[in-house]
Amino acid sequence: MGFSRRDTLALGAGAIALTALPLRVGAAGEDAIAAFTGGADVSEGGITLDAPEIAENGNTVPVGVSADGASAVMLLALGNPNPDVAVFNFGELAGSQTASTRIRLAGTQDVVAIAKMADGSFASATKNVKVTIGGCGG
Amino acid sequence: MASGVKPRVKAPKTASAGEVVTIKTLISHKMESGQRRDSDGNLIPRSIINRFTCDFNGTNALDVEMHGAISTNPYFEFDVTIPESGDLQFTWYDDDGSVYEDVKSVKV
Repeated sequence: MGFSRRDTLALGAGAIALTALPLRVGAAGEDAIAAFTGGADVSEGGITLDAPEIAENGNTVPVGVSADGASAVMLLALGNPNPDVAVFNFGELAGSQTASTRIRLAGTQDVVAIAKMADGSFASATKNVKVTIGGCGG
Repeated sequence: MASGVKPRVKAPKTASAGEVVTIKTLISHKMESGQRRDSDGNLIPRSIINRFTCDFNGTNALDVEMHGAISTNPYFEFDVTIPESGDLQFTWYDDDGSVYEDVKSVKV
């Protein structure tokens, strides 16, 4: 197979459109957010997302989330082939609504954390992580 | 897969009643994301741990749903309130149906 001249141009145009809108959320990411929030409004703030500014190795990027009063927190990597990363559900005995883990990032992209608060509202935080070596096999 | 999967948990042995303790867990697992290809260009099927739970005496403290973007050897750090003496139970659920468990006792 191979790309025809037309395909290549279309791809290039698409890539330019994507870079021109850095905050654009991919369709899959939007779907994942909608599935989690049920279409409710998401406000900024009320949740902290710890992630490195530059991650040398995309295979293991340490991230932490902290959201007081949250019942669940969803992590998304919008630039991954599959944006879902994890959903933390905090139970009755959770000492604090804090958790950290290590994730894979395919490349430089936005990592989003969305917290579902106990009162039913949603809060989000976004952080751009620059990835030197992507973590998707490649 | 399910070969050489070994959970490791770091939890305090004692705590005062109502104290919030930090738990660190690590489980060795290759977490094949389903995105990689082998040398012949075939997709390697996904094989990950898709859920992790932590309970204290049967009451849930944390329940994590995991996807392919969790790194190899999934690591979690979180806080748990210890109201009384008892057992912290950690459970990992593999895609292939295996369940890995670990228990740590905490004295108040």
